[in-house]
Amino acid sequence: MFFPTGPTLRLENEHSLMSSTTPLEIGSHQHIRFDEGLELDCGVSLAPIDVAYCTYGTLSERGDNAILICHAFTGDQYVAETHPLTGKSGWWERMVGPGKPIDTNRFFVICSNVLGGCMGSTGPRSLRRNDEGAEAPWGTDFPPITIRDMVRAQYKLVSALGIERLFAVVGGSMGGMQVLEWTVTYPHMMLAAMPIATAPYHSAQNIAFNEVGRQAIIADPDWRGGRYWQADVVPARGLAVARMMAHITYLSEEALTRKFGRRTRRGPASGPGPEGPVSLFSDIFEVESYLRYQGSSFVRRFDANSYLSITRAMDWFDIAADHDGELTAAFARTPVRFCVVSFSSDWLFPTSAARALVRALNQAAANVSFVEIETDKGHDAFLLDEPDFDRTVRGFLCGVAEHAGLV
Amino acid sequence: MRLDQRLIADMIEPGTRVLDIGSGDGLLIDHLFRHRGCDARGIELNMKLVTRSVAHGLPVVHGDADHDLAHYPDHAFDYVVLQRTLQAVARPREVLRQMLRIGRHAIVSFPNFGHWQLRLKLLLNGRMPMTAVWHTAWYDTPNIHPCTIRDFLALCAEEGYTVEQWMAVDEEGERAPWRRSIRLANLFGEQALFLLRRQGG
Repeated sequence: MFFPTGPTLRLENEHSLMSSTTPLEIGSHQHIRFDEGLELDCGVSLAPIDVAYCTYGTLSERGDNAILICHAFTGDQYVAETHPLTGKSGWWERMVGPGKPIDTNRFFVICSNVLGGCMGSTGPRSLRRNDEGAEAPWGTDFPPITIRDMVRAQYKLVSALGIERLFAVVGGSMGGMQVLEWTVTYPHMMLAAMPIATAPYHSAQNIAFNEVGRQAIIADPDWRGGRYWQADVVPARGLAVARMMAHITYLSEEALTRKFGRRTRRGPASGPGPEGPVSLFSDIFEVESYLRYQGSSFVRRFDANSYLSITRAMDWFDIAADHDGELTAAFARTPVRFCVVSFSSDWLFPTSAARALVRALNQAAANVSFVEIETDKGHDAFLLDEPDFDRTVRGFLCGVAEHAGLV
Repeated sequence: MRLDQRLIADMIEPGTRVLDIGSGDGLLIDHLFRHRGCDARGIELNMKLVTRSVAHGLPVVHGDADHDLAHYPDHAFDYVVLQRTLQAVARPREVLRQMLRIGRHAIVSFPNFGHWQLRLKLLLNGRMPMTAVWHTAWYDTPNIHPCTIRDFLALCAEEGYTVEQWMAVDEEGERAPWRRSIRLANLFGEQALFLLRRQGG
C-alpha cells in the first residue's frame, strides 16, 4: 500500500492533528450492563456488554409511545442534549425535543450508542481481562460485529426498559441500516419504521470509501498495530484524514461550491507577515481549512479502532443476503408501516437505492410512504434544516398514531 | 373532493384495500380511510404533492403508473384507481393490465374524446379541438392517448374485462344523465367513469 507522508500531507496548522491529542477519555455515560452478553453473528460470545443510552420524554402507562432513534456512523446517544465531551448541542436537536417533529412531549425517545462505538457502549476501547488477568482495551482484538449485532444490543436495552413494542424506529444513514435490520429481525416489535438516507446494502463505492478511511488510520505510525494506548498516543493524523475524506462524501458539489467556492485565505504555515516566504501552501482554499477543522475536531471524540469496527459492520450490511438474495423475501408479510426518505443530492445513499428498497417493499405489499426531499445539501441533509423533511417526519408519525388509534 | 371522486368513493366497498394511482393531494385516500375504513394508499408523480400527502400522515409513494405498477404483487388490492390519467400514460393498455393484475377491480376515469363539441370543432375548423376539458395545444398536451367511451369499451372487450358499472360525468364531476345509451353518453359525456373487474376475478 502506498500512502504518502511528508509535506504534501502535513496537516499540522492551527488545528494540530499531529501530537497534541491525548487518548480519549472514556468518561461515564448512562448505561445498562448485560452480564449474559450477546452471541455475535461471527460466533463469538461477547459478555458482559454495556449499552449506553439517553432518553427524552416520558414512557406512557401503556408503554406505547416509545421511539428508538438509531444514530449514524459517527453519531452517538446524545441526540437532543449538550454533548458531555464536545460541549456541542445534540446532533438531532432540531428534530427531537418538546414541540419538535419527534415531539418529546408526546413520545418517549431512546437512543443508544451502537455496539462497537466509543461513547459508553461496549467497543474496541472497552476494557477486558486478558489471559494474564490484567485489564486492557480490546483494540483490534474486538470481535467483528454486524449491524444486526448492534440491533440485538438495542433490543436488549428496549426490553430492559420495559417496552414490549416500540411505536417507531427512526434513523438516517447507518442509523437507517439499523432501522431496516430492526424491521426484518424484530418485525413485530414496532408499528412504524423510518429508514432515512440509507440503502438495503452497502454499495461497492461506499465500501471503497470506507477502505480508504481504514487504510489512512492503519498507515498512521501512531496506530501501532491497533495498540496505540500502550504508547499513550492516538493515530490522530490517520483518523483525521479518514474523516476529511468521508466528510466530502456527506456533502455535494453544489453545497461545497455554495459554502466555499474557490475562496482562499492565508495559510497558517505562511510565516509571520505578508512578506513571508512563498511556499506551496502559503495560501489555502477555504474548503481545505474546513476539512482540516472537521478532521481535527473528530479525533477528539472518536476512537480509531471503533472507526475500523463500525465501517466493517456497514460494509457487510446486506439485508437481501440473508434471504437468498431476495430483498422482497426479507420483508414478506411485514406488519410495519414504512416511510422511506431520500435526498436528491445524496450521492452516498442515492435516491436510486431508496427506490430499490421501496420497490421491494411494494412487492411485499408493505404499507410504505416514500419521499425524495429536494435539496443541494447532500447526504448530511437529514441533519440540517429541511422544512419538507421536518413536515414529513412529523406527519408520518402523526399518521401512524392516528391509524393505530393512539390519538 | 371533486364530485366524481365521491362517485368513485361510492363504488368502493368499506374496509377494502385500495391503491390510488395519481393520488394528487391525497383527498380520496384520506376520505376512504376516515369514512370507509379502507386501507388506502397512493402513488403520485408530483413530489410536492407526495410530500404534502405524507406530511398529512397518508401512505403515498413517489412513482408513476407506467413504471411502478409492475413491482406490486398479484391481487394485492381490492381496487386500483386511476383518475383522469389514462389518456396521459405512455402505454394505457399495459397500465390497465397491471391494474387488473394487482387489483380485483379497476376504477378508471378519463376525458371523453367523443364529446360532441370536439367532433363539431374538428369538423368545422379542421383544427385540433380546444375545449374546457381539452385545453392544451396539441404540441404541449400531456394527453397523448385520447380515446372515446366506445373506444374504451372496445378495449375492455378485447382484453376480456367485465364492465361492472359505467357512467358519463360532466367536467365538474356531476353524474350525467346518459346512462341508458352508450352512444348518447359518448356524444354528451365530458368525462367517463368505469368500474372494471377481471374475468373470473
